[in-house]
Amino acid sequence: MAVRIQRTAFDVSKEISNFSTKLGASGAIVTFTGIVRNESGTLDHIIIEHYPAMTEIALKNFTEQTIVRFKLEDAFVIHRYGILKPTEIIMMVATAAPHRQDAFAGAQFLMDCLKSRAPFWKKEVSGVQEEWVKARAKDEVELESWEHKFN
Amino acid sequence: MNSMKIKILYFAWVREQVGRSKETVETNASTVAELVDELICRDAAYGAVFKDLSQIKVAVDQELSDLNTPLIDVLEVAFFPPMTGG
Repeated sequence: MAVRIQRTAFDVSKEISNFSTKLGASGAIVTFTGIVRNESGTLDHIIIEHYPAMTEIALKNFTEQTIVRFKLEDAFVIHRYGILKPTEIIMMVATAAPHRQDAFAGAQFLMDCLKSRAPFWKKEVSGVQEEWVKARAKDEVELESWEHKFN
Repeated sequence: MNSMKIKILYFAWVREQVGRSKETVETNASTVAELVDELICRDAAYGAVFKDLSQIKVAVDQELSDLNTPLIDVLEVAFFPPMTGG
């Protein structure tokens, strides 16, 4: 289990490759990669702020919970902060399990935790305009829905 | 109750509206809600920030908490908007 919070870019394929070489019992790896979206076409960059003393504790906690709940062999999270331009990779998660169902469900659960509970905040900067991204109510609903699911 | 010193952190638009990222306060508050009330009494800027508490999240000693969380032996309280990671 590993979590990394960093300013610098990372290479998704290298991360998956490093992750896979340490596995034994798994037949499936599922990964999710989040990138900077430019829906309006006018976005210059985003700024991601976080709460350093809390972020690592929270990410480790979510990843450990996910591993136990979905009986994963392993999982990891990388999340960047600072200034990121459109199409840059913001973050990724990877889960490994004997079979794909647990790897898919684990990755989704971990993402739902990250979206609503990890202390990151995004600000969009377009020219002179700056705006904090608002949390989506749907993200909270999706996280809560896990409380009623059994695996 | 004896007063205690608590470090308060602010993030994202809460930090911008308060006008600082951290401060240390001397307080008698026994819960997060009482701490919020004390801050509001201190300065109008806090009144604006804490006007709609549904838009504010709180962590007590780096753990997500709520307004009813007691502040016993607490070192750090953080206020911030709902998170937007991922």
